[in-house]
Amino acid sequence: MTELTLTHFLVLGAFLFCCGVMCITIKRNAIGILMGVELILNSANINFVAFARFSPTFQLEGQIFALMVIVLAAGEAAVALAIILNFYNNHATVDVDRAEDLKG
Amino acid sequence: MTLPIVLFFVIATATALSALAVVCTRNIVRSAVWLLFTLIGVSLNYFLLGAEFLGAAQLIIYVGGTMVLVVFGVMLTAQGPFLQLKIKHVEWAVAGTIAVGLFALLVYTSLQFGQPSENKETVQVSTLGMAFMGAAEATPRAAVTGYPEGMTPPPRTRMGYLLPFEIVSVHLLVVLIGAAYLARAKRRRATPQAAEETS
Repeated sequence: MTELTLTHFLVLGAFLFCCGVMCITIKRNAIGILMGVELILNSANINFVAFARFSPTFQLEGQIFALMVIVLAAGEAAVALAIILNFYNNHATVDVDRAEDLKG
Repeated sequence: MTLPIVLFFVIATATALSALAVVCTRNIVRSAVWLLFTLIGVSLNYFLLGAEFLGAAQLIIYVGGTMVLVVFGVMLTAQGPFLQLKIKHVEWAVAGTIAVGLFALLVYTSLQFGQPSENKETVQVSTLGMAFMGAAEATPRAAVTGYPEGMTPPPRTRMGYLLPFEIVSVHLLVVLIGAAYLARAKRRRATPQAAEETS
């Protein structure tokens, strides 16, 4: 336990992932769910960069994948917020339990 | 206890605690602030892992861009200053069970990887840039990479990432147009009859 190893970062990533899953599961605010998605993407990024550091064949690819994920997450957040704003304009709430217009 | 591991424990504790606070806070504004601290902690982790460019990109894009978007979303959609939606105890129990089980599974899997040794040299920012420019040479000339003649550049795969780079840039353009189209301000109809027809 005196050296920094791959396992440390993987455990941190796993913890962030579980926090993100819990956030998505329990939040009723649509923006809270979006925050959970951000947490999950960040946990995946930590794993990518950790493997880029500790695996000799993944050195460049890990960082490039992580960069792609960061950029795509930014785009995803923009579109998701636009959808949430639209939903708020139509329903005057951000409670996802009220989004049941398509219920049969 | 070496310095990196002490730093890691400090940063990881701060990151994990603020991630937990994101989940546990009812107030959505406080949740956003805790998420900000989590993202900063993740970027410090990148610095610790020797990925300086990624850490800087994380700070600029996430903390500077995405968080501003999220905070604006909170401000534009909150009915009151302190919007709180009730969460049932059953939901807490189910979600907690799922999360703990998932965490146990992931930690068990992480322990299977063993302890691979650290790579000797980290990826330079110039290497990342060359890969995004699509440089397919394994050992480009010194005039291209900026490495001195005597030194050999770090070995890497013979692969450029020009096509993904272009796809991402077109994707961002599409996202920009799509988000502007979706979130544009609609003209509300004045009469109540017309409002009933649309709803």
